[in-house]
Amino acid sequence: MAADKQFDLEIICPDRVFFRGKASMIELNTTEGFVGIYKRHIPMTMILEPGLVYIKDGDGQRVAALHEGFIEILPEKISIMAEAAEWPEEIDLNRAEEARIRAERRMQTQDPNINVARAEMALHRALVRIEASHKRGQQ
Amino acid sequence: MASMRDIQRRKNSITSTSQITKAMKLVSTVKLQKTKERAEHSRPYFQYMYNTVTSMLARSGNIDHPYLKQGASDKKAVIVITSNRGLAGGYNSNVTKLVAGSGLNKEDVLLYTIGRKGRDALEKQGYQVCKDYSDVINAPLFSDAKMIGERLLEDFMQDRVGEIYLAYTSFKNTVVHEPKFIKLLPVEFSEQELTKEEARTPMNYEPSEEEALNVIIPKYLTSLLYGALVEAVASENGARMQAMDSATSNAEEMIENLSLQYNRARQGSITQELTEIIAGAEAIS
Repeated sequence: MAADKQFDLEIICPDRVFFRGKASMIELNTTEGFVGIYKRHIPMTMILEPGLVYIKDGDGQRVAALHEGFIEILPEKISIMAEAAEWPEEIDLNRAEEARIRAERRMQTQDPNINVARAEMALHRALVRIEASHKRGQQ
Repeated sequence: MASMRDIQRRKNSITSTSQITKAMKLVSTVKLQKTKERAEHSRPYFQYMYNTVTSMLARSGNIDHPYLKQGASDKKAVIVITSNRGLAGGYNSNVTKLVAGSGLNKEDVLLYTIGRKGRDALEKQGYQVCKDYSDVINAPLFSDAKMIGERLLEDFMQDRVGEIYLAYTSFKNTVVHEPKFIKLLPVEFSEQELTKEEARTPMNYEPSEEEALNVIIPKYLTSLLYGALVEAVASENGARMQAMDSATSNAEEMIENLSLQYNRARQGSITQELTEIIAGAEAIS
């Protein structure tokens, strides 16, 4: 891949620098929908939705799960500040399935003490994790 | 001169104290390694968040947003991060002194304390404690910081507090820890910090600027809180390590002096005994 199509990409989490390197395109889920970003994009800040991020560099592609955060896009550099990010290998599928079932149950009960919005977020996160862990070994 | 037995007793007690301080020093050295690593790992996020938010605000000029304006209430929330345990030198008192000397009116301050030592000290001085999260400091998690941040934002939005401050100890390196008092909300920024290049490129926001701020400012607050928590824990262990180190060396010095005194007393008593025997023998012959 020609170097002039690559930009710097940083994915930073509170507990570590998740990814730092070059990429030619990334695709991820924002509040405005699923977007793909190339180099020399206009400066923009967007809010992330839980979802998968595809980091493409030439023929190679890596997938990771991102939960909550925002992305700052500059022409030569893209920074993602995520509250949590995981590679598929790091995800415990059993735990994610359990979380999914728990969240679904919570949403079905009529208990007024249960915060539906929170349960929905938890479900969303669990689904993203499950989806990401199925991508294991595909990269 | 104190008797041999008194000196010996004192020496023993200091020896056992020095064993304790030595053990505590070792423990906090190990803990320091761990907490220091955590503080260093979280620093990029902390730093980046700060830069992003300040450049974002500087670029967008005068936006009218509740997070950027002084709240209607006179009350000021102060988050005080100290430790649950003492024996850490001036670590806790430095932070409480900073709060007391901050120039804020005692009646207007609502404390959100993290750490028992700071809470007790400030309560004694007549400050009002609004909420206590002392359990968090044992092992601060990002979700803890999030919970505290959400609570504070809620209080801010409902005009229970008008300003939010944070007092903690920042961790420079193993030997230097600096107590800090910073303002969290309303967010303050200086326009000089912006480089020329940054000022030229306007930033676009999707969905809208206001919504972006709605999401990013709480995250900013959470990340500052989390950064402060992990740095405070690292500083606490660093401070304890230093305090215990100097306590151990003081104890060793005292033991040395006491040994000298003890030996002198021993020699003195032997000499005395000898002169008595000789005197007795001469009297007989």
